[in-house]
Amino acid sequence: MIVEAIVFYMFSTILLLSGIMVISARNPVHSVLFLILGFFNAAGLFVLLGAEFLAMILVIVYVGAVAVLFLFVVMMLNVDMSRMRDNLKKNMTVAAVVGFVLLGELVWIFSNWHFSEDAELNVQTPFSAEDAMDNTRALGEVMYTDYMLFFQMAGLVLLVAMIGAITLTLRHRPGVKRQKINEQVNRQVKDVLRVEQVESGSGIV
Amino acid sequence: MAEFFDIYMLPVFEILGKILLIVLPLLGAMAYLTYAERKVMAAMQLRQGPNMVGPFGLLQPLADGLKLFGKETIIPSASNRAIFVLAPMLTFMLALISWAVIPFDVGMVLADVNVGILYLFAVSSLGVYGILMAGWASNSRYAFLGGLRSAAQMVSYEVSIGLVIVTVILVTGSLNLTEIVMAERTWWMHLLLFPMFIVFVISALAETNRAPFDLPEGESELVGGYNVEYSSMTFALFFLGEYMNMILMSAMTVILFLGGWKVPFGLEWEWLTMVPGLIWFVLKICAVLFIFLWSRATLPRYRYDQLMRLGWKIFLPLSLLWVLVVAGALIMNDALPMPAGVEG
Repeated sequence: MIVEAIVFYMFSTILLLSGIMVISARNPVHSVLFLILGFFNAAGLFVLLGAEFLAMILVIVYVGAVAVLFLFVVMMLNVDMSRMRDNLKKNMTVAAVVGFVLLGELVWIFSNWHFSEDAELNVQTPFSAEDAMDNTRALGEVMYTDYMLFFQMAGLVLLVAMIGAITLTLRHRPGVKRQKINEQVNRQVKDVLRVEQVESGSGIV
Repeated sequence: MAEFFDIYMLPVFEILGKILLIVLPLLGAMAYLTYAERKVMAAMQLRQGPNMVGPFGLLQPLADGLKLFGKETIIPSASNRAIFVLAPMLTFMLALISWAVIPFDVGMVLADVNVGILYLFAVSSLGVYGILMAGWASNSRYAFLGGLRSAAQMVSYEVSIGLVIVTVILVTGSLNLTEIVMAERTWWMHLLLFPMFIVFVISALAETNRAPFDLPEGESELVGGYNVEYSSMTFALFFLGEYMNMILMSAMTVILFLGGWKVPFGLEWEWLTMVPGLIWFVLKICAVLFIFLWSRATLPRYRYDQLMRLGWKIFLPLSLLWVLVVAGALIMNDALPMPAGVEG
């Protein structure tokens, strides 16, 4: 138990510290790297809780995919932090207003928040304790039965977002040379090559 | 005090011992993989390969290591020091920690975790950070371009690797690596998984930045890619990491498709089953590694757009389709693996 406690405090301390560093680091690339460190420690906490599936998915999805793209963009942008800071001071009042409105809305929603009875039952006993399942299976059994609708809806929301991102960035530029693999593969010798016997002194028309 | 020793210190020493038992042979294997690569490529190109240091040049890897060790570590003054030094260490460390879950034989594994295959996938998807950090921290255009290319390439091929892993999991019904190896597979399952084996090996080549997908270090256009600014041991760590990743990807291929430590082709002759599983495992890894070396010696480098086309337009739809095909075939034959106590 002592070891678990020590590891827990280690993970959570590093998690909180790296969270603070994300917003206070001067260099945006450092911020992203601290964010990744934070994700890692969150995954460590999940492992401590015995939720190894969630921990691995957190690392795969957030660290392995999302944060890579973050890092990509931040590295390429070459952000000038001092100018950003000036802008921040200028827009401080607007930002504060928006922030407080959002906070108010969240508080309002969560004060009226309540679970349906089925969901409450699931929260108390996500899966029956007698058949010992690993948590991958346990998650699957809840997710694909009771929460099937929400699961599908989440998928649809992501699909819409993806299609939206593609339509926003897709441009058809005319006059771009592209490799057409099919045409290349289907090219026959007889279509493109002609062998002729040429008599000396005469040319080919 | 004695109690404290029994409960806490003893397991720590035991684990440390096991880690050493894995890491030391691994470093040796990595060193001789470089030797094997040079010998195999030399043989394919009708050359001699290293043959001066020791008998048959067998001490060449040691000489190379010593040479790298003796060189000066140069840190460019314009670089971002901390990240510049951190990047090779990260690469090397990530290449090592994956081996914690690799089962070498029945029960011969450091950590027999439930989600072993996800752990491997997670760690291999992290490899991109070492390269991206190195490329950025070097503050050099060649290194940066190499790093970006490598990141894009690894992210693209990870998607198809993930889907290939899903097809295998469908067949075996477990995320645990030992159970994946032990799961019974009928002949038509092997047949179904064979195309995915090919996709996996090609994706592994791309994931480890090996020829013909070694664009990140394409010397004809990028000098050396993400590691141009590195020298001495910092370079050696990248080098070690790359080769270790090759061995790791081969081990993954063996575990997912080639039956791990089991006797090949399900043969049951006594003189074959006498051989320890570890030996079979190593031999199979060597066979897959040979594919890595073979393709480096024979195939020309891909162009960048062709690489992306292969990843996104061919492998991704193919493996996605294959997930459906495998799932359908399993349901049709009523062979979907079911956990104990659950009716199909």
